Amino acid sequence: MNLWIEKQRYLIDFTLASLARRKWKNLGLLLVYALLVFVLASVTLFSHALRQEAARLLQDSPELILQRMVAGRHDLVPPGYMDRIGQIRGVQKKEGRLWGYYFDPVVKANYTFMVSPVAGLARGSIEIGSAMARVRGLAAGNVISFRSYTGDLFSFKVVGVLPRNSELVSADLVLLAEDDFRAFFSIPPGHYTDIALSVANPQEVRTVAAKLASALPDSRPILREEVLRTYAAILDWREGIVLALLFGAILAFGILAWEKASGLSAEERTEIGILKAIGWETGDVVGMKLWEGLLLSLTAFLLGFVAAYVHVFRFSASLFESVLKGWSVLYPRFELTPHIDGLQVATLFFFTVFPYAAAVLVPIWRAAITDPDAVMR
Amino acid sequence: MTRRYSDRALLLLLLLLVAFALTLADAARLRAVRAPALAESGALVRGLGLTDLCLYTEARYTRHPSQADLHSAFQDHPSALEHFPTGSIVSPPASLMHFLEAGREGNGRAPSSGKPEVSGKP
Amino acid sequence: MIELNGVRKAFHHGMTNEFWALHGIDLRIEAKRVTALCGPSGSGKTTLLTIVGCIARPTQGRVRFKERDISGLPERFLTGIRRKSFGFVFQKFNLIRGMSALDNVMLPAYPTGEPRRTLHGRAERILEQLKLAHRRHAHVEWLSGGEQQRVAIGRALINDPEVVIADEPTANLDSALSLEFMGILESLVGEGRTVLLSSHDPLVVDSALVHRVVNMRDGRIL
Repeated sequence: MNLWIEKQRYLIDFTLASLARRKWKNLGLLLVYALLVFVLASVTLFSHALRQEAARLLQDSPELILQRMVAGRHDLVPPGYMDRIGQIRGVQKKEGRLWGYYFDPVVKANYTFMVSPVAGLARGSIEIGSAMARVRGLAAGNVISFRSYTGDLFSFKVVGVLPRNSELVSADLVLLAEDDFRAFFSIPPGHYTDIALSVANPQEVRTVAAKLASALPDSRPILREEVLRTYAAILDWREGIVLALLFGAILAFGILAWEKASGLSAEERTEIGILKAIGWETGDVVGMKLWEGLLLSLTAFLLGFVAAYVHVFRFSASLFESVLKGWSVLYPRFELTPHIDGLQVATLFFFTVFPYAAAVLVPIWRAAITDPDAVMR
Repeated sequence: MTRRYSDRALLLLLLLLVAFALTLADAARLRAVRAPALAESGALVRGLGLTDLCLYTEARYTRHPSQADLHSAFQDHPSALEHFPTGSIVSPPASLMHFLEAGREGNGRAPSSGKPEVSGKP
Repeated sequence: MIELNGVRKAFHHGMTNEFWALHGIDLRIEAKRVTALCGPSGSGKTTLLTIVGCIARPTQGRVRFKERDISGLPERFLTGIRRKSFGFVFQKFNLIRGMSALDNVMLPAYPTGEPRRTLHGRAERILEQLKLAHRRHAHVEWLSGGEQQRVAIGRALINDPEVVIADEPTANLDSALSLEFMGILESLVGEGRTVLLSSHDPLVVDSALVHRVVNMRDGRIL
């Protein structure tokens, strides 16, 4: 066993000495490789963690949201609509929700105005999300005015800022009293944006939804499981922008790997011949080359992954911010909770380590098995 | 002893493996540390009945992707290019895709998710 | 010690550009003696050396080493014999660039997994004997021709072989260095090794150290 270990160390000695002959080229290769892993791993870690966070946070969403459609568009729920839901079995609670969007031309941001069902807000007061507070420079006690869609100016006093820890769900929220909401958006009493329903038994939700659909044909029920599924599918990084980011790295790496796999240089071939002539077996030569592939790819993988972890969870994936933020003026400042998906890491590992090791091995099979007397010629 | 290449390489590899293990440990630690913050957000979700994360505020269908209605998700027409950069990251909710397919298959028959047919109804 | 019977070697055997380098060699090489193959270039000296040194196999014929037929052995065993019993010094030295003299000398022993301390010690001693200790850490591409040859010899000696084979050892050396080489040769004989070399340098062939000269021409022994 010790003999084997010592032999492997010798093989590594040799292969590294061989690599050191072209030190900068090989360091560059390592760096490009690590960079590729870094980008891929960052993307994977970020999207997986966010997906987990979404699933966890939204599991307390209402079981059923009912929207009303007019001519294929989302419209207000009129008075009496809720009563028609009436006696559908399984519906524990139904609540009319009031919420909408407001575009603030001062900072060119969109806010979500919402009436808190838990009440407690006096007229003229609002509670705002912390990202919004940041963008408008507001704190509790400040007054802010909004121009409604009717052209009137409404002033509100900020009585509280929502917790910073909850920015991921509340960054752009403006909570206000129901009367204020109706006055601001000119929504007459009895009308609601949509209806939130709670159903006791989770198995029942679909049946309830079906019953609602037949009782109210112009309604559109949205199930919580659909909400969760939406977020599971979200951040599917198959689309163009991130691929464009990766493309440069993939291309560079592809070229280098191809160069490796497409054959040995005359120098490398001679070297293998010499090794065989002085007493190295085919197995030793192959082992030495395998170490070359493994060392490089393992180092690149670990470097890239650790860097990606630090980047995503300690620096909030700041390199991707421009892509992630899009054109949002209000982007929540949140710290992603690390969830590492073992399967994805393993997949990343296999797809980065093995192809390179194989690319290194492929061309030397032939060279390694030929008789060394070719070296004399 | 450390002049030997293999020693240096194996040492580096060992360090990296340790770093890797540290990331896993750090992940577990951070999960525990951030649990109360997560709970706070959860309470807000429950209290306000929120349905979406506040990630992208450019448009209705990026701010509330789970609530967005059919037409706005596809903007002008189904294969239109996205107007916002995030449109290339945020795909239309799966439920909408199912709805479309079901609408194509049968007529007037609501799919299992309970959605009504939008097109073709008087 | 080494016996060749009817050894013939062809290159590109069976193809249109088939070339026979050896046309039936019968030869016995005595142990602990210096045998020199002499002949013009193209006479098959190098080919013969590679066959004796287990680097190449004969197309036809048999090679016996210490009463044991080695020409038909599988690669693994042949490599083992090559490593343990033969040390080859190439005409072009064939040292590995980018590695030090010391590392080059130790190279043939790497596959054995011998503990580095003992291997290192032995390599140092060999370099000292060859008066190269002061250049042990120099990369071989920085060494002079004579120094490189001595590294090549050192490499051939690391596994303490019974037989040392040298192909045209003085071809790239001036007279002074050639004489130095003959000195090294003397010590090799003194250690009880068998030496087989090829040369058409009279300094070597006519030397008193050479016990036997085998003349070759066109792949045949004269």
